[in-house]
Amino acid sequence: MSLKRIDLLICCGSGCVSSGALKIKERFHEVLQEKGLVNEINIIETGCMGPCDYGPVMVIYPEGIFYKKVTPEDVEEIVSDHFIKGRPVARLMLQDEEEKTFSTQKEVPFYQKQVKVALANCGYIDPESIDEYIATGGYEALGTVLTTMSPQDAIEVIKKSGLRGRGGGGFPTYLKWQMVHDNQAEEKYIICNGDEGDPGAFMDRSLLEGDPHRILEGMMISAFAMGATSGFFYIRAEYPLAIKRIKHAIAQAKELGLMGRSIFGSKFSFDAEVRTGAGAFVCGEETALINSIEGQRGNPTPKPPYPAVQGLWGKPTVVNNVETYGNIPTIFLKGADWFASMGTETSKGTKVFALTGDIRNTGLVEVPMGITLREMIFDVGGGMSGGHKFKAVQLGGPSGGCLTTQHLDVPVDYESLKERGAMMGSGGVIVMNDEKCMVNVAKFFMDFCVDESCGKCSPCRIGLKQMLDILTRIDSGYGKEGDIEELQRLGEAISKLSLCGLGQSAPNPVLSTIRFFREEYESHIRDKSCATKVCLDLMHFHIDKNRCIGCSLCAKKCPVSCISGSRDEKYTINQLPCVKCGNCMDVCPVKAVTKVPGMHPEVAAKRLAETKLSHNYDE
Amino acid sequence: MTLEICRKYAPNKDNLIQILHEIQDTHPQHYISAAAVDIVAEYLHVPANHIYGVLTFYTMYSTTPRGRNIIRLCESPPCYIKGSDNILRRLKTVLGVGTGETTKDGAFTLELCACLGVCGNAPVMMINDDVYGDLTEEKVEEIVNKIRGAK
Repeated sequence: MSLKRIDLLICCGSGCVSSGALKIKERFHEVLQEKGLVNEINIIETGCMGPCDYGPVMVIYPEGIFYKKVTPEDVEEIVSDHFIKGRPVARLMLQDEEEKTFSTQKEVPFYQKQVKVALANCGYIDPESIDEYIATGGYEALGTVLTTMSPQDAIEVIKKSGLRGRGGGGFPTYLKWQMVHDNQAEEKYIICNGDEGDPGAFMDRSLLEGDPHRILEGMMISAFAMGATSGFFYIRAEYPLAIKRIKHAIAQAKELGLMGRSIFGSKFSFDAEVRTGAGAFVCGEETALINSIEGQRGNPTPKPPYPAVQGLWGKPTVVNNVETYGNIPTIFLKGADWFASMGTETSKGTKVFALTGDIRNTGLVEVPMGITLREMIFDVGGGMSGGHKFKAVQLGGPSGGCLTTQHLDVPVDYESLKERGAMMGSGGVIVMNDEKCMVNVAKFFMDFCVDESCGKCSPCRIGLKQMLDILTRIDSGYGKEGDIEELQRLGEAISKLSLCGLGQSAPNPVLSTIRFFREEYESHIRDKSCATKVCLDLMHFHIDKNRCIGCSLCAKKCPVSCISGSRDEKYTINQLPCVKCGNCMDVCPVKAVTKVPGMHPEVAAKRLAETKLSHNYDE
Repeated sequence: MTLEICRKYAPNKDNLIQILHEIQDTHPQHYISAAAVDIVAEYLHVPANHIYGVLTFYTMYSTTPRGRNIIRLCESPPCYIKGSDNILRRLKTVLGVGTGETTKDGAFTLELCACLGVCGNAPVMMINDDVYGDLTEEKVEEIVNKIRGAK
């Protein structure tokens, strides 16, 4: 390998690839070829660098220059100005509102409060190169553990570090290991749960794609600690790149003897294979996942028996999340005390969060536990996009709850969130602005859970459907007094009675939005009005006659011909047939068409008459 | 063909999901036929109804023929918040089909799916194995037309 004067790191995480990173990489190869610079510049495809919203992004070493939103057209300028003349291209750097330029990656505000442990190599090394992983200290932890520690020693280290499961539950990692370690069974299995299905979470994908060897190393250390000799990566089929990378990593590790028989000359042997899901959210639940690996429907089974006692093919099994494994090598390298020095009393270390929604810097961040929501959303996330106000944040996806402005100073750790009805979950943070209707959002999450319910237990299968029906009724203007209480009653029952985590947590979004936005539910039911004008049945379009110039464009574009008028009389909307498509608003040249909250009185009167009719009929 | 795929895997029940994936991926119409189910059942020594049970449990499998290109638009909350319903409406008009349907020329099937894990660039869709992010109504039309032109 020859030394080159410039390292060009192009983020090829799924986010940047979706916005065209691969084309840019191709273009670099072409331009470097043309200019004869192939021997001077090293192009490296890295995993996710984090700031997806700036994508495609790249970092150029030795200086660490950070470019955002690069297009194939910019490549020639980067090569001629930056690589040849040594003048970085300022217009591709990040600028804030005060036009301050951040030239290097270290200066970018997005990275300021982050501490990277699991994500340390993500966006820094070539994920397909085992050499680069080893160069950053990779497989050193495994070597140390295998040659100097007993399995029980390894468990003690994890116990001291305070590491808890990063997949959602927050169960102490060492406890699972200890249970399986103490079990005398001859065969034990270890599973890596890469069935990341939580909408709004993509850290597992980024880790598997960006640093697969770290996950593999973490898994092998765990396997040694509990006495397992074979493992399975269960990865959802929606992540083809992650599947490819982990398979590649396994092959490389085997080739170097880092996996297989007597690793590092010890008595420990290990083999792993990859299994893929096929599009079922419930398979993220560990018993469902085990059934899926066995080639069955991914239905959960009642616990106990826990997988630690009776798991895959009836053998003791540990299922850990991808991110949990991602922390393990570093804990052994830097020590349990170092890890435990970060975070809060009960939640140690760092956590990876996926920031999404109406926030400026969407992307992947890793911050110490205990950071406040305000710091995470406004400092790291750069605040709200489009000049809107913060309204709520949904933590933990469809299993979590929402928090509002009053919770912005809550420290983010397992317990603080749980106390307030939200949960850490896998770390999805969906930020919503003041244009979002919370009833509509709750309905949307419920719709997701109804879709994904496996149908095995009736509280989840039937109960969630009932909740969705009530929400649909409220959102379409047929809500009744008592609906809120009914939702709460059902939600609490479903939480208590469901078989697995999906059903137990599915009512959370509804229950938490009722708790913090009850007035929105009430105005939907009582006043038939959606203040944010999102629920179509609870708003209407209106043409302001003082503004209307009578151009007739709206009437022409209306698909149901419900707008009539003339140049003199101006135009009006006939509310009864209106389908609320919004075409009139889009085409109006003078912005005379506006959305007004509340069901139009004519529509309300018609509905009332219909209800009376059907009542008479029933009687 | 189906039997050849089966033989790549040991005749153990736990390989079922992987076998079904490969059968579906290599079929030009991206689906698993009733005949294929019987072959797999015989190979794995399990009743065909077990295979059918698995097949219909997972959303990625199809028991009916589909288009050459499968468009899977994410319908999860982060994409919804960023306006995926507008994208869906446009896709339906551009393709002239509803969700779950295939265009007459057999080029596209439009499907909705749960989170694709590219939420930082919502709204997103996947066409076969490629992810397209930061979608706008104009952009989806462009993408579809490009694939139409390239065939």
